[in-house]
Amino acid sequence: MTRIWSIPGGVHPEQNKSQSLQLPIGEIALADEMVYPLSQHIGAPASAIVAEGERVLAGQKIANAKGMISANIHASTSGTIVAIEDRTLPHPSGMSGPCIILQPDGKDEFAEFEACEDYLALERDQLVNKIREAGITGMGGAGFPTAVKLSPRANQPIDTLIINGTECEPYITADDMLMQTRADDIIKGTQLLAHLLGNPARVVIGIEDNKPKAIEVMKRAAKDTDVEVASFPTKYPSGGEKQLIQILTGKEVPAGALPASIGIVLQNIGTTVAAYEAVRFGKPLIERITTVVGQALETQRNINVRLGTPINHVLAEHGFIPKNASRLIMGGPMMGFALENDGVPVVKATNCILAPSQKEFPEPTPAQACIRCGMCAEACPVSLLPQQMYWYAQAEDYEKLEAHNIKDCIECGACSFVCPSNIPLVQYYRSAKGTMRQLAIEKEKSDRSRQRFEFRQERIAKAEAEKDAKRLARKKAAEEAKKKVEAQKASGETPAAGNDLVANAIASAQQSQTTPDEQKAKLERTLSSAASRLEKLQQRLTETDNDDSQQAKLAAQVKQAEVKLQDAKSKLENFSTDSSAAPAAVDPNDPVAAAIARAQAKMTMAPDEKLRSNLESLNKRLAKAEEKLATAKAENSDTADALQTGVDKLKEKIATTEKDLAELPPSASLAPQAANSEEQDAASAAIERAKAKAAAQASMSDEDKLRDQLTAMAGRLQKTHDKVAAAKADNAETLDALQLGLDKMLAKQQKMRDQLRQLNPSAAELNDSPTVTETAPTVVEPDAATAAIEKAKAKAAAQASMSPEDKLRDQIESLEKRLDKAKQRLIKAEAESDDNIDAFRTGVEKTQAKLEQTRAQLESS
Amino acid sequence: MVEYLLTHPFIGALVALVSLALVFGAILGYAAVQFKVEGDPIVEQLDNLLPQTQCGQCSYPGCRPYAEAIANGDAINKCPPGGQSTINAIADLLDVEAPTLDEEHGEESEVKTVAFIREDECIGCTKCIQACPMDAILGAAKQMHTVIGDECTGCDLCVEPCPVDCIDMLPIETTIGDWRWDKPKASQEQLNNLIATDKQAVEDGAAA
Repeated sequence: MTRIWSIPGGVHPEQNKSQSLQLPIGEIALADEMVYPLSQHIGAPASAIVAEGERVLAGQKIANAKGMISANIHASTSGTIVAIEDRTLPHPSGMSGPCIILQPDGKDEFAEFEACEDYLALERDQLVNKIREAGITGMGGAGFPTAVKLSPRANQPIDTLIINGTECEPYITADDMLMQTRADDIIKGTQLLAHLLGNPARVVIGIEDNKPKAIEVMKRAAKDTDVEVASFPTKYPSGGEKQLIQILTGKEVPAGALPASIGIVLQNIGTTVAAYEAVRFGKPLIERITTVVGQALETQRNINVRLGTPINHVLAEHGFIPKNASRLIMGGPMMGFALENDGVPVVKATNCILAPSQKEFPEPTPAQACIRCGMCAEACPVSLLPQQMYWYAQAEDYEKLEAHNIKDCIECGACSFVCPSNIPLVQYYRSAKGTMRQLAIEKEKSDRSRQRFEFRQERIAKAEAEKDAKRLARKKAAEEAKKKVEAQKASGETPAAGNDLVANAIASAQQSQTTPDEQKAKLERTLSSAASRLEKLQQRLTETDNDDSQQAKLAAQVKQAEVKLQDAKSKLENFSTDSSAAPAAVDPNDPVAAAIARAQAKMTMAPDEKLRSNLESLNKRLAKAEEKLATAKAENSDTADALQTGVDKLKEKIATTEKDLAELPPSASLAPQAANSEEQDAASAAIERAKAKAAAQASMSDEDKLRDQLTAMAGRLQKTHDKVAAAKADNAETLDALQLGLDKMLAKQQKMRDQLRQLNPSAAELNDSPTVTETAPTVVEPDAATAAIEKAKAKAAAQASMSPEDKLRDQIESLEKRLDKAKQRLIKAEAESDDNIDAFRTGVEKTQAKLEQTRAQLESS
Repeated sequence: MVEYLLTHPFIGALVALVSLALVFGAILGYAAVQFKVEGDPIVEQLDNLLPQTQCGQCSYPGCRPYAEAIANGDAINKCPPGGQSTINAIADLLDVEAPTLDEEHGEESEVKTVAFIREDECIGCTKCIQACPMDAILGAAKQMHTVIGDECTGCDLCVEPCPVDCIDMLPIETTIGDWRWDKPKASQEQLNNLIATDKQAVEDGAAA
């Protein structure tokens, strides 16, 4: 006697199995249309290999298994494929899915099957392949591909094969009938499966003790075999895979694991027959035994039905009265599902079609509040806490449900069955499990999404960084190219320089070196120019030794030059030049110092002394200049003109100096101031002088004034004469204007002389005029100039010793001489039609006028 | 030494406490260095709760930035794709009261959608490819594009850039594979019919 374990919980619903056991297995007529859903098993849907309009034979494969966990589908009768379209599926969702629609031709021609007498001699793989080709799936309800179950992993040796003949659901008797009618095939099939699994130590067929006939038949069939037939007390849900394993072996399959993990394989009893037929006769899974039961039917029995037969056809064959039926259920009353549409076909896993009456299956009574009675927990075959799970399911607290192992729930419905409040507990668990599955999928997807998103971000960042790097590299390259060009420009003739940077550095170094050199040179130049300027000034200072006013000016200039020189020197020294530059700068220092000393000595002299010494030096210079001029003329030198102007200037200076000397005694008190001021500033000196003169004039008598004015006029006349001469020499346009000015000045002088004569007829200045007027021709003709000067000097010397009468007489003589000369020139000029003819004419007229005046004076005196 | 401490209990206690403080301080210091947690663990947890559609409806550029923002105190009800369940989960994690979804950021849609390109109309501009945060659109310039449906999160960021409007957001249909049982609803009518007097009361209420 086989040892039997017990399972926790479990319920004892009404069996209701006798109804369908009264009649033998029946056959029904072929339906007008067969429907083969591509997905009628667990795993991937099969893919159709037939086309619309194709004729197929019974047993011909019409859809191929796709992937590992999938199953082939075969036509269950001969006919034509009319469509491959979506039809309502035999599924609790009531959803549609792709189905192959076959229109039977009624001939029911079978394809040729490859039979095999000695199938045990075949290779294991071949056998499994035969089973796979036959499209056999678990016939118990779930529909797991059998071939997969028969190929356990190598590391999971199978020591027990259990054939499930339990059939614990009420109403269903398909397996019972199968065992009663085909016990031998079951045994052979069991042996085949055992063979495929490597002949496990224990092969046991488990049958509930509510099927005594089946037990008897099976025991008889298994008598001389290794197959063990075990019966055990009826209790729902003993037929559950894990429950049956526990009952027969006492082992519990770990949560979330397959029975193979503990060395056990469990197959449905229908599957054994199908496998046997597939191997022995090559017959694919095209029909099965299904219980058709319910009080809404006239006939309740088990039928051998072709797969794909629509349920409404099956029902019609059994006298189904729709108005009597409360609903239509595929599967058992505990675990089956209601069908909304009776057009769905019988599939591989359809073990029962239940059409109960209202009386049998009344409307479920409304759920009431959970009273926490705990009966569900007692009924649960998996030892869960259905009551707690119910609360959590209501609260959608999936974490807590997970913690309460909701995944181990086999959805047997025992808890709902015992619930006094009629709470559809299993519905809650199914819903919660579905949601949790969905959440897990979403979680997986969101993780993948995150990964993809992060990868994308990373990729974009990388691309951006690469772009940036490229941009930077380009920029750098451009800058380098620019630098190169610049370096080539800078280095100019040295483009051969390999390294641009080095060339650059050298160029800049050279620049920085030449710059101080240049600066130094510049400073040296300034120094030398300052020195030369100082030398020149010094020379002039020595030349104007006796000229006080010039000396003052020069002294100021010398001072400035000195300051400049000092500046330049200090700069040069600051620049830290080499010692060779320093002596050069020092050299002119000594003469400068000497000059300064001399100038200072002169400055300390008395004003009249200064003037006198000036006059002396000027006279000396004049003498020298005249000598030079004479030699220059004799040699006909180019410098004659320059010397001539120099002589003129000297004469001028002498005149002013003499005048200053003359003024000095009457305004002795003012002179030093003037002299002092001259020392200080050359510009203000003129103003001071003018002031001094004005002051002197104010204190002077009318006669003195006139006399003074007359001398000043004489100076101006002299200057104007010079200008006219210069203008004549240059043939300037201003000649006429100057000539006019000269005439006016002469007239003015004449007036002043007349006034003076009225005041003091014997005034010495009256005799000056011939001297002054005489200079005009001398300027025009350089040859006569020196002679005139000599004459003028002689005259001046003679006049000083002569009486006024003699003087006048002398003047008259000279005027007469001049007149003659002038007349001669005029004639000559007229003959040559000279440009100067007008000037000569006026000159002649003036001389005549003077002559007459002088004669008149002589007569009056 | 020991005798001194025994005879001066105050100093003894002081020494004991200081030495204990030093020992524990050393242990804590070591632990702080050795078991330092990189990053903000709460951000990780929040990020795990968010749906990872990367749709930007929360006004953050992706789910993780929003998770960081939440960790820094932003509102938790800005995720329409996650919906109320996500808000509840975040509220549970942060131990705050769960607010309702902020409508400003969009409405929670019942049906999940997936982008679909009407391939005949696609001109191959690659704009949707650049917009897709998931890299779920395949294609190249001037070549037809198509959406990898499994990778599409339905964020609809690709719809707007499409110059020819050939992208549709199609609802994801439930297949037999991901179908699940509905949660049973306690029918009020059923409950009303349960007790005769209740039924009477309901009928009276309806009549009145």
